Amino acid sequence: MDEPAFRRIARFVSPVDRGFAAVVYGGSALFAVLIVGLFIELVLGSWPSLRAFGPSFIWKSAWDPVASKFGALPMIYGTVVTSFIAILLASFVGIMAAVFLADFAPRWIAAPLSFLIELLAAVPSVVYGLWGLFVLAPLVRTTIGPVLQHLLGWTPLFAGPIYGVGLLTAGIILALMIVPTVTAISRDVIAAIPRDLREASMALGSTKWETATRVVLPAARVGIFGACVLGLGRALGETIAVTMVIGNRPEISASLFAPSYTLASVIANEFTEATSAVYISALIELGLILFVVSIVVNAVARLMIWSVRGSRA
Amino acid sequence: MFGSLTRGCAALVIAAVMALPAAAATQLTGAGSSFDYPFFSKAFYVYSQKNPDVTVNYQSIGSGGGIAQFTAKNVDFGATDVPMNAQELQRAGQPVLQIPVALGGAAIAYNLPGVNATIKLTRQTLADIYLGKITKWNDPQIARANHGVKLPDTAIVVVHRSDGSGTSYIFTDFLSHVSGEWKSRVGVGKSVSWPAPSAVGAKGNEGVAGQIRSTPGAIGYVELAYVVENHMPAVTLQNSAGKWVACSEATVAAAAADKPHVSPTDFSIVDAPGANSYPVAGFSWVVVYKKPADSGRARMLYDVLSWLVSSAGQENAKSLDYVPLPRSIQASALSTLKQMQH
Repeated sequence: MDEPAFRRIARFVSPVDRGFAAVVYGGSALFAVLIVGLFIELVLGSWPSLRAFGPSFIWKSAWDPVASKFGALPMIYGTVVTSFIAILLASFVGIMAAVFLADFAPRWIAAPLSFLIELLAAVPSVVYGLWGLFVLAPLVRTTIGPVLQHLLGWTPLFAGPIYGVGLLTAGIILALMIVPTVTAISRDVIAAIPRDLREASMALGSTKWETATRVVLPAARVGIFGACVLGLGRALGETIAVTMVIGNRPEISASLFAPSYTLASVIANEFTEATSAVYISALIELGLILFVVSIVVNAVARLMIWSVRGSRA
Repeated sequence: MFGSLTRGCAALVIAAVMALPAAAATQLTGAGSSFDYPFFSKAFYVYSQKNPDVTVNYQSIGSGGGIAQFTAKNVDFGATDVPMNAQELQRAGQPVLQIPVALGGAAIAYNLPGVNATIKLTRQTLADIYLGKITKWNDPQIARANHGVKLPDTAIVVVHRSDGSGTSYIFTDFLSHVSGEWKSRVGVGKSVSWPAPSAVGAKGNEGVAGQIRSTPGAIGYVELAYVVENHMPAVTLQNSAGKWVACSEATVAAAAADKPHVSPTDFSIVDAPGANSYPVAGFSWVVVYKKPADSGRARMLYDVLSWLVSSAGQENAKSLDYVPLPRSIQASALSTLKQMQH
């Protein structure tokens, strides 16, 4: 029986059915109401700042609480760059790990390794921050940074003084935090690819590597893309771990070793002590920008998935 | 419908509920500055041991949050590193009393491997470092104050607080006092726009201390307690009387004692004039309503706060590496508190 016919028959007829319908529809409507309500609250809260700075808030580069001059551009830059580094590192490592776990690993390795990777997701954010501050930042300052600067110091990306804290360190910490998400979902997606495809590829004479890269991964690319977007969503909003290793400087710099600032870090750092109305509303406006960016990223990803698979993702 | 057993149980429950308020302790609430939190935590616990009918619940949500909750009358008292200004007092609606309850100093910690002697800095040099004009440790201005010390050619990494903080307020207040350029370019505040090109922000005193410890060439300001507990080297500063002083309980107390008539409108004790005064020190304040709504609670609040500013209460500060209020300040705090109608 096709979908419309089924729906015509399965109507809510009895009072119990109608009550059930109310609960189910109501529960779903609640989410829409929450999202819209959250958006409205953010707009209302940032009204003084919206009025004072207007759209120029997004492209101005100041953050001076004493003179009440606020601009979000350095924070947007920091958020985008750290998330981009994170997703670059995490997707590469995560997809390779997922392929290994799904296709190459013997069972006695695959199960414990999957468990360990998922355990990474259970580590609290602040523990990552502490580890980043006391282990990773000195490592970047003494080892990773100088090596990268030696090899790639001619590009502006790896020039400049190396403090240990900065965009690169924050990006690495974020990558560690989103690798479990990307790996676990990618592994499930790859495992769900029908065995026929793999067997057909092998029957035609491909090696395991060729099967993995030319048959399995392309077939799974929609799901893997979804996994990466989920990881990106987490990276965009991550606060405590990032604020401990990013250096907290509201400035745009080409170098990846330079300290920077993210939208979430500013709010976490300054909200409790912000006393003037414009200051508080500027912080809320940063929250609004983060909210909008997250929704746009997820919506774009969703649209791309729909365009490949047809509707009903 | 309700049998005798049910009625009996109901009566028992109602009697128990009605008897509860008489047996439970009164809980006073306060919120605000995180600087005070360790001190309040210990002091209020000690007070409740001695006076079991009163407990104090203090939430360390930051000075701004404390003032907001106090204004909304959600808490009995607020704690803030910077006294409420005219605008905030007006928003409170009712007359407010502000008393100093804690005293702290910001030590200038640094990390310079290979240099065993304690670095000495003049106030102007420190300001220039934070303005970004001095970028290396072997700069002639620093060398001039440190004869005989071999200073390395390391870049100075300037560390500051990324979160809004009373310690930042005290430090920027000090820099504004000693440098006209700082005052006009940056100003005073709990969060400012730090001009040094090598400035790095860290969250909380613990963040700044951690950042300094793990970055060679770093310099930053942290509460005295952190420097003492973590055995970090700290700069010897030249105060306004020309003497070289290290940050310690004695020097911070001397700075406070120079201004016995500290008040909410005249509360800055940075760059104090005395010979033994440490230049970067400041008070932390508690705010209460002059006429609290509930007179029973007002009486208890008065008792707790007057104990807190007395020598007995301030003893708890010493063991946590805070600086106890000098006698003169204790007396003036108590006389302000006596204005409370209880």
